[in-house]
Amino acid sequence: MLSSILSLLNTTLMYSAPLIFGAMGGVISERAGVVNIGIEGMMTFGAFVGASIGYYTANPWLGFLAGGLAGALMALLHAIASISFKADQTISGMALNFIGPGLSLFLCRIFFSNQTMTDRVPNKLPKVFNVIDITVFIALAVTILLWFILYKTKWGLRIRSVGEHPAAADTLGINVYKIRYLSVISSGFLAGLGGASMTLAVVAQFTPTSISGQGFIALAAVIFGKWTPQGAYGACLLFAIAQALAVSLGGGKIAVPSEIINMLPYVLTIIILILFVGKSMAPKASGKPYDKGTR
Amino acid sequence: MKRIISFFIISLMIFMLPGCSWDDPQTIENDGVFRVSMVPDLGGVNDQSFNQSAWEGLQKFSNKTGAQVSYMEPKQSSDFLLNLDKLSDGNSDLILGIGYVMSDPIEQVSKLNLDKNYVIVDYAFEEGEFNNVTGVVFRSQESAFMVGYIAGRTTKTHKVGFIGGMKNPVIDQFESGYKAGLLWAAKELGKNIDVVVQYADSFSDEAKGKAIAYKMYSSDKCDVIFHAAGGVGYGVIEAAKDTNRYVIGVDRDQSYIAPDNVLTSAIKNVGAAVEIVSKKKMDGEEIGGMNFEFGIKEDCVGIPETNKILDPIVYQDTMKIAELIKDGTIKVPYNLETYKEFEKRMTDN
Repeated sequence: MLSSILSLLNTTLMYSAPLIFGAMGGVISERAGVVNIGIEGMMTFGAFVGASIGYYTANPWLGFLAGGLAGALMALLHAIASISFKADQTISGMALNFIGPGLSLFLCRIFFSNQTMTDRVPNKLPKVFNVIDITVFIALAVTILLWFILYKTKWGLRIRSVGEHPAAADTLGINVYKIRYLSVISSGFLAGLGGASMTLAVVAQFTPTSISGQGFIALAAVIFGKWTPQGAYGACLLFAIAQALAVSLGGGKIAVPSEIINMLPYVLTIIILILFVGKSMAPKASGKPYDKGTR
Repeated sequence: MKRIISFFIISLMIFMLPGCSWDDPQTIENDGVFRVSMVPDLGGVNDQSFNQSAWEGLQKFSNKTGAQVSYMEPKQSSDFLLNLDKLSDGNSDLILGIGYVMSDPIEQVSKLNLDKNYVIVDYAFEEGEFNNVTGVVFRSQESAFMVGYIAGRTTKTHKVGFIGGMKNPVIDQFESGYKAGLLWAAKELGKNIDVVVQYADSFSDEAKGKAIAYKMYSSDKCDVIFHAAGGVGYGVIEAAKDTNRYVIGVDRDQSYIAPDNVLTSAIKNVGAAVEIVSKKKMDGEEIGGMNFEFGIKEDCVGIPETNKILDPIVYQDTMKIAELIKDGTIKVPYNLETYKEFEKRMTDN
């Protein structure tokens, strides 16, 4: 019994960490008024770069950091397209979801003798108490930090105001473009960390299936959590618990088809969304490119 | 600013161009040279899995017979049809689609090019449904039986696990073969061996694979797990490494991922199968509209020859089992019904 509860807890935490990083990336970008649907692509690229740097330097921390930077680089593309060139944010985000896996696979073949997966990293990120990945704690710290920045600092106020009413913020002397650029780039950095936490902590190499949908679940968690760091964190945890339940319920002697059990996380999320989470309000300017000339 | 940006975009485009390179099919006149082309799955010909194996098989075939072989890698799934169609316009004598995902595209091009011959690997249409398509399937249950036997002989806790991707006829082959092999070992040892079966309902969720394997190793007290779950399997192997237990790989020798934990692997030798059908076609045999089933006998499924951590005695005994399967003494079940019959036969004698 105790061991089942422990493994339930372990699974939950393991599952949630990459999602939380991705969701925090989503929160900061959306809060500044830029829809970031490209989290999946950024995570994939971060996962690849993280694993490769981790492999070549044998230092998982360097890999982790490099994964974040790789995500930030991808986000820069998104920022240029959607902030400077005022392109449709959904489309440029979607483009990233294609570029991320494509570029990763392309580079993977160059650096790993034509293979479609990287070699195993020699050292993974450490575990706390020998069971829980350290990324779980980093994810929690990032969440608290993001909450603090958004609600307790003037930077946070600026980010939020840019996301709600960029024109008003502009008249008060806030550089809307600068704030949005910084937010989107840090969003990519966090998403990249999320990808790298998958390939450096959960498993130990990048494969084309390493990131398969985590970015989209993270995005859903942002909306579920009403665009707040704490809410999105909770949503990720909820999803992870449901996933862990599906894992521990499956395979038993109960005669329930595995398809039904594995639907649980998604069904549970929808039910809770309908029953307990009221109206969710997106930042007003989210998705709208800011043009100085318009009113 | 504009200049910098246009420079940036242009360099980005140049950077991406190599990704669009195109492996052109030969368009020389018919000169009596036998030509085989293949379209691999998205993994490409270096996926270290069945696409690579297929390409290696073709290269071997080329070395032995002097046939010309080529491949055309798809960049996305919409390319399957495109590449098959392009190859159909060339002068290939045989066009191969690797993987069941090619079944629909092959069906479409084969209808349009009745003078061309196609092979679909890992899928079988109804015999004679398309007169220019040959199906190649594997008796994966036979290699699964072998690894099941190995698992049964190796387990100390008398409890082993099976993790499947999604329930489908191919994974059923693995599950029933594995369980049958376990039963055989259990009977030989005069013990009871429990098997825990769980499906991930995914072929890509590595974290889920790890979570399920963790559960099996810890709460269920399994000490050997066999996975037939594609990408999910990387998570399973990771869990085996973390908890220092045994895991059995699938499709190819996966011991390179975790040499101290991968006991053995149930190999699917697509290359050998590809070689056999290409040879048949080259020799003028009529293979269109037929389906071939390859197993241990044709050397198309099995286990690796070297298994670092496997007890050599168990290996030898397993090879004896393979002989029994080859000569038909053991009829390996391939789905749940045949498994039930097998179980009944085993308990009856």
